[in-house]
Amino acid sequence: MTAPAKFVGRSVTRLEDRPLLLGQGRFAADVSFPSHWHMRVVRSPIAHGKLRGIDASAALALPGVHAVWTYKDVAHIPPIPFRLTGLKELEPYRQTVLAKDYVRYVGEPVAVVFAADQYVAEDAAELVELDIEHLAPVLDASGDTGPFDDTHGTEPSVIRKGYGDVDAAFKAAHAIIALTLSTGRHSGVPMETRGAIARYDAVRDILEMHGAAKVPWWNRDHIAQMIGRTRDNMHLYEGHVGGGFGIRGEIYPEDVLVCAAALAFKKPVKWIEDRREHLIAANHSRQQQHNVRAAIDAEGHILAIDNEFFHDNGAYMRTHAATVPDLAAAMLPGPYRVPAYRAIGHIRLTNKTPCGTYRAPGRYESTFVRERLMDAIAAHVGIDGIEIRRRNLIAKTEMPYDLHLDTLGTHIVYDSGDYALLLDKTLALADWTTLQAELKKRRASGEKVGAGVAMFVEKSGLGPSDTVRVDVKSDGKIEVVTGVASIGQGVETAMAQIAADTLGVDYTSINVVHGQTDRIDTGSGAFASRVTVMCGEATRMASVKLRDKALRLAAELMQADAGALDMINGEIVRRSGTGASMTLAELAQARPGELTAEDTFLSSHMVYPYGVHIAMVKVDADTGAVAVERYVIGYDVGKAVNPRLVESQIAGGLAQGLGGALLEEFVYDDHGEPLSVTFADYLMPTAREVPAASILITEDAPSPLNPMGLKGAGEGGANPVGAAIASAIDDALQSPGAISALPVTPQRLKFLLKDIGSRSRGR
Amino acid sequence: MKPAPFVRHVPRTLQQALAILSQVAGQDGRILAGGQSLVPIMAFRLAKPAHLVDINEVAGLDRLASDGKVLSIGARVRHAAFHAPVADNRLAALLTYVARHIAHYPIRMRGTFCGSLAHADPASEWCLTAATLDATMIAMSQRGTREIAAKDFFEGIMATALAEDELLAEVRLPLLASDAKFGFYEFNRRAGDFAMAAALVTYRIVGGKIAEARVGVGGAESAPRRISEAEAALNGRTPDDTAFHAAAEAASDTVDPLEDHQTDAAYRRDLVRAVVRRALEHSCA
Repeated sequence: MTAPAKFVGRSVTRLEDRPLLLGQGRFAADVSFPSHWHMRVVRSPIAHGKLRGIDASAALALPGVHAVWTYKDVAHIPPIPFRLTGLKELEPYRQTVLAKDYVRYVGEPVAVVFAADQYVAEDAAELVELDIEHLAPVLDASGDTGPFDDTHGTEPSVIRKGYGDVDAAFKAAHAIIALTLSTGRHSGVPMETRGAIARYDAVRDILEMHGAAKVPWWNRDHIAQMIGRTRDNMHLYEGHVGGGFGIRGEIYPEDVLVCAAALAFKKPVKWIEDRREHLIAANHSRQQQHNVRAAIDAEGHILAIDNEFFHDNGAYMRTHAATVPDLAAAMLPGPYRVPAYRAIGHIRLTNKTPCGTYRAPGRYESTFVRERLMDAIAAHVGIDGIEIRRRNLIAKTEMPYDLHLDTLGTHIVYDSGDYALLLDKTLALADWTTLQAELKKRRASGEKVGAGVAMFVEKSGLGPSDTVRVDVKSDGKIEVVTGVASIGQGVETAMAQIAADTLGVDYTSINVVHGQTDRIDTGSGAFASRVTVMCGEATRMASVKLRDKALRLAAELMQADAGALDMINGEIVRRSGTGASMTLAELAQARPGELTAEDTFLSSHMVYPYGVHIAMVKVDADTGAVAVERYVIGYDVGKAVNPRLVESQIAGGLAQGLGGALLEEFVYDDHGEPLSVTFADYLMPTAREVPAASILITEDAPSPLNPMGLKGAGEGGANPVGAAIASAIDDALQSPGAISALPVTPQRLKFLLKDIGSRSRGR
Repeated sequence: MKPAPFVRHVPRTLQQALAILSQVAGQDGRILAGGQSLVPIMAFRLAKPAHLVDINEVAGLDRLASDGKVLSIGARVRHAAFHAPVADNRLAALLTYVARHIAHYPIRMRGTFCGSLAHADPASEWCLTAATLDATMIAMSQRGTREIAAKDFFEGIMATALAEDELLAEVRLPLLASDAKFGFYEFNRRAGDFAMAAALVTYRIVGGKIAEARVGVGGAESAPRRISEAEAALNGRTPDDTAFHAAAEAASDTVDPLEDHQTDAAYRRDLVRAVVRRALEHSCA
């Protein structure tokens, strides 16, 4: 029996904010140890070549330079392992921490310099001479397959998924809609770049790495394995993290190098990534081309979808291995009834920065494809985009809905959802009918304005497990020790809210520990919108245990029956309201070390939030620029622990989604030279480009897979933005299907406007 | 992102500054004023000056004054000085309007007017202003002082007529007539970015017709300049859509467009057409 919810469901202020707002944050660069060495990475300046030799003599001669490492110094370190979706056939394509005999992208680590300060380290890095024989780069992921180099091919694997008789459905179809669609190469670009500081403590024989994020336990286990340590004599520490988005916190070459160097030299070693490095060295994402076909009947019902696509993975398979194309293949059907489905995902190598997951990985891409397809079906059948979606939506009565597809080691079963209801609610919030009338009027007066809708199903709450320990300290304060990470999403606040309600204490009396591998033995970390679902339920379970234990122990001291006691505001009282009471602090002091409880939540299925985005844009016909005038979002998260945090997640995701739709793109020239290496060239949306969205959080479909009904909220802000913007631009141009590629840059749109103009004149 | 080693000199007087500059000019010595362009390219190690002559302490270079004919802008005058009108003249209103398009607030607090001109980024709003209004540059060195006309000053992308040992100590902008009209428009993908094309126009209305038209285009060619073909399309015409359209077409046809990965020649011409027309429309707003 627990107290009624006092904090869960309320937008209480964040526990995280005080140190951050007072300038007391501790990010990676804030961590320093006395007499540490600085590491600077020498990176390949060319996209593809054979590494014939490295001359570091001039660098080593520079005063203040301690050492230079090349591949031969790290030859004993195995390639970086796969964390997710690690297909066997991809293993030869893993990245070593320094280039061995080939360089395969501009930015690939070739050598590292260790020096007394950052200035000397950079001076020395410039003096390291690389002898590289240039080879022709592979830059197109959708053409014919061929050799990537002497030992590798350009297509290490093909993902195949599906169900039903796709060929029969296409044969029987009333019509076939075929589209070629592509999303641009972009990625999560956190405000804080990566950083890693390693220190070996010989007294305790412990190797520490600071600057961890996302998955510290997995990284601890595997970095240890790579450099000949064990999970018992190595620890990772997460400080404040200035943004994660999927790309931060994976094992990268630099993390391993600082650890190996700290161990080898018995000196603290610090590496802080600069922005140029970040834009060429940290994971890219999203570049995919789909050749998609839908078989439909006369009313526009989908009979089958055939989804063949080409995933431009860059030069190496990193920790995510096949995760992104696997998700793109598995999640494409979305909220619609698709009786037969086939996905063929070609994983392709190119001489570009390697890729990984980025907020809504595989879904930003596949939602763009699916929703473009729905718009095209609507145009073909001659009905509007809302009606075509209604006709194909999976009904509430069909839940739970087995998709007959697997991803991330789980079987996809939509646990709950009322997609049509959320569509209605979101259209109502947007005042859709009035909006349509206004847009029509403005278009009649010559403006190019339009609105578009996109729907999607997200996934969240990936297992398999999370363990939480809850302790009462002697001052009555409560510590919740988790195995997750905080990448800025408000995990401390959300976990404190859940623990506070379960225990019967104030949420501000709770300290949530995360990202410290020496505080709890296992942890799954923060990714796949999993923390609130998995760790939230584990926190609730451990808190229930602790509460029961506290009441039992108090009952002995208070000479009462535990059932007659209650915990309110951190005080143990008699339910009768009379007699003596005792505080948690008094109880903790009376029974030292006993007020602790641990529990583990296991889950083999993900939970599936869903949403609707509505975009309204204005196209500047003279310049090709797109202004987003309005944006409306409906998202069902089952149960919002803290609605403001959910809204913030969605608002941030929207900004990133708009980046991928209109601004952000890693562009390469014909030689594989990256052109987007500064914030002057890689255009992040700013407050001026991102409209304030109207956000509706609903709780119409709580998950049946956990008692609170929780679903994750991390990725629904980004997922369908490219799709919604494309649809709105089509509408503004009154040209269905005009947008087939993201990002929609002004130059591309101006070209399209001229093309549409000349075609209509030709009629 | 740490610069290569350099020596920073901090002169207190103009004489000292010019003396140091003459000594270090041969060793890639550079003037440091606001540092908003130079410091980032040093951090990227795209520039590795061995010496910086920091003029931020030099007395007198912060002079910003009008003598009734010209506005004199000293080498230490920051962009932010123009956030509010600096004189009772249409020129001051023009400068205030243009200034708010320069980058972002923190950059405007540090960057300098003369520094922008000496850096000579083709997309710079102040370079466009100087070219359109035929500014006079006052270049000083130990060898003496000379005046350089704007049309002779900008020689290409980040290239000017300044000699290695010369400091752009002052820029003089002619004041505008009290009935002068001006218009400005720039196109960029995000607020505060370098313009992909920008236009500044000034003119007067005499007897209902446009007179003394100046049409400057920046960001489209290797250096900003006046487009006489566009000016000819305006002078003597009624300020209406027809004239503005003709001027925009003339500018678009005339420019020799810069190309980069996000802007091919045809698109740059489209942008020039749009910004000239919108600058003209702004002049009537």
